[in-house]
Amino acid sequence: MTKPPQAAPPETAPAETASPETAPGEAAAPEADQPEIAVRTVGLEKTYAASGQRPEVPAVRGIDLDVRRGEFFGLLGPNGAGKSTTIGMLTTLVVPTGGSATVCGLDVVKDAVAIKRRIGVVSQQNSLDSDLDVFENLEFRGRYFGLSARDARRRADELLELFGLTEQRGGKPFEISGGQAKRVMICRALMHGPEVLFLDEPTAGLDPQTRTNLWEVLRGLQAAGQTILLTTHYMEEAEALCDRVAVVDHGEVLASGTVDQLKSNAGADTVITVAYDSAAPEEVRGLSERTGISKVEINGGQVRVFAAEPEGLLGELVAIGAGAGVGVTDATQLRPSLETVFLTLTGRDYRE
Amino acid sequence: MTASAVPAAPAAPAKLAPPPPARATLPRTFGAMMAREARVMRKNFVSTFTRVLVQPVMFVFVFAYVLPKLGGGAMAGGAGGPTFSTILLPGLIGSSIIMQAMMAVIFPLMMELTWQKSITDRALAPVPIPLLAVQKIIAAAAQGLIGGLLVFPAVLFIHADGEAPKVHVDNWPVLIVVMVVGSLLSASGGLLLGTLLNPQKVQMLFAMVLLPMTMLGCVYYPWSALENIRWLQILSLFNPLVYVSEGLRSALTPEVPHMPTWAFLLAIIAGTALLTWAATRTFTKRVLT
Repeated sequence: MTKPPQAAPPETAPAETASPETAPGEAAAPEADQPEIAVRTVGLEKTYAASGQRPEVPAVRGIDLDVRRGEFFGLLGPNGAGKSTTIGMLTTLVVPTGGSATVCGLDVVKDAVAIKRRIGVVSQQNSLDSDLDVFENLEFRGRYFGLSARDARRRADELLELFGLTEQRGGKPFEISGGQAKRVMICRALMHGPEVLFLDEPTAGLDPQTRTNLWEVLRGLQAAGQTILLTTHYMEEAEALCDRVAVVDHGEVLASGTVDQLKSNAGADTVITVAYDSAAPEEVRGLSERTGISKVEINGGQVRVFAAEPEGLLGELVAIGAGAGVGVTDATQLRPSLETVFLTLTGRDYRE
Repeated sequence: MTASAVPAAPAAPAKLAPPPPARATLPRTFGAMMAREARVMRKNFVSTFTRVLVQPVMFVFVFAYVLPKLGGGAMAGGAGGPTFSTILLPGLIGSSIIMQAMMAVIFPLMMELTWQKSITDRALAPVPIPLLAVQKIIAAAAQGLIGGLLVFPAVLFIHADGEAPKVHVDNWPVLIVVMVVGSLLSASGGLLLGTLLNPQKVQMLFAMVLLPMTMLGCVYYPWSALENIRWLQILSLFNPLVYVSEGLRSALTPEVPHMPTWAFLLAIIAGTALLTWAATRTFTKRVLT
């Protein structure tokens, strides 16, 4: 397989070179030092202990991340990659088993309460307080965070209005739609003006229109200076929203940087996949010698060509098959995207 | 009315004002959480307390009113002895406190720890998780106490002629300590059970724990009367309700035989400390993974 075991260069190098373009308008200090760093993890690990029949699960295996203030950062990876566990550790509800992490310069284990004062969290599930209505959810969240009852109510109404939720004010958390519940949870997370906003799979399970609405909400927040760390398994979501992205799989960061950096650094070429109806012809192998083609993978009848210059290649692959008396049952061509980055880094289809 | 009905509305929340000044000190956060409990209790008052009142009211109705009317001598405490309603009164108050406090902590917990894990709503509030456990215990204990107080008039006034319970408060401090700490005892026990048990087993909890506990909790007879069944008398000492019943007996109906004061106070206070300690640990383990 083509897995670059540590992917060390793309993991750290882009982060360094990223500073000029990822902090637009901000005169970012050259040494990314504490005040500029909102979230930092060093070798962060979480292994869930074995219980009963279940063996121990290494969910996160040594993750290094730096999220700057004002940045929109994405953790991108398939389900089960360890994204939620990472968010759990950063929001103090999951206890790390190795490494360290700081949020706003505070240690996630030792300073949990101080961190909780500074963060807002939007969980994947609807974790609204079902004994309270929508408005009360916001009101009490504000009061938990030290607002007076009057200030909390005023702030709650402001947020509901801003997010177009005034009609849902008296609704019960499980009687409103999924998209509305998600927006209420974002309001709840913003009640106390958090320094860092964490969102775990904010648009999973939402219909496309609701999703794009939510994207607008999040873009607006970031434009107002909010630091946001989001996890997603949607490539297009990361591309659409994030200044920088860390691609995670099996609890490890495979690469990180801006989307553009990932596309160029991770050798993300156009990926052409052709499925022949029997073993791939030998001539295909020869393609890897050609300039503009970085790699050819053959797996039985399936051929995958990674090419910087893909023009005419698909037709050529079909022609090669025809010449050898082999038919083509399926063919796809993916232009460079996070999906091809993932494919390049792991050798696996993103949704496999 | 779905989300798509308000498509453009949330487009620009960029003008979000900074939040008002906040002082999230532990006491303020704790107070806000108790205010939440008060709000929820107020909303659900009738359904919550109807649940806890039905059983004792039915019980005194049948045993202190119906059966004496039928002339059933089986219940009478013998000539000259205390009426059955006198024996029942402290027991039923005690069992209401215990039942209500336990249900008040266990029912919400089943929702919060499993379905959607909504406990994160409060776990993310700026308090240490063990303090959140203590808050849950205190809130549930308050409900237990209210449950006990509501049962009072029922067991005091429902009875047949001549079957009135003989009640006089012999020792106010003991009464208050037993009711308050007894509520905390059962709330902490409830939190411990609720965090140890698999949520799917809640039905079992009622059948295997709460029902035997109330039936054998010296609700319907004083503990000393068990001397004829020595093994049960000793086994009963593991039942926290026994100490609450006996404590209330000592404070409210002192002429009925009861445990010495030091015994029930020691058990209630030490038991509360122990169960609270254990429950904060198990709760923290369930919330933090």
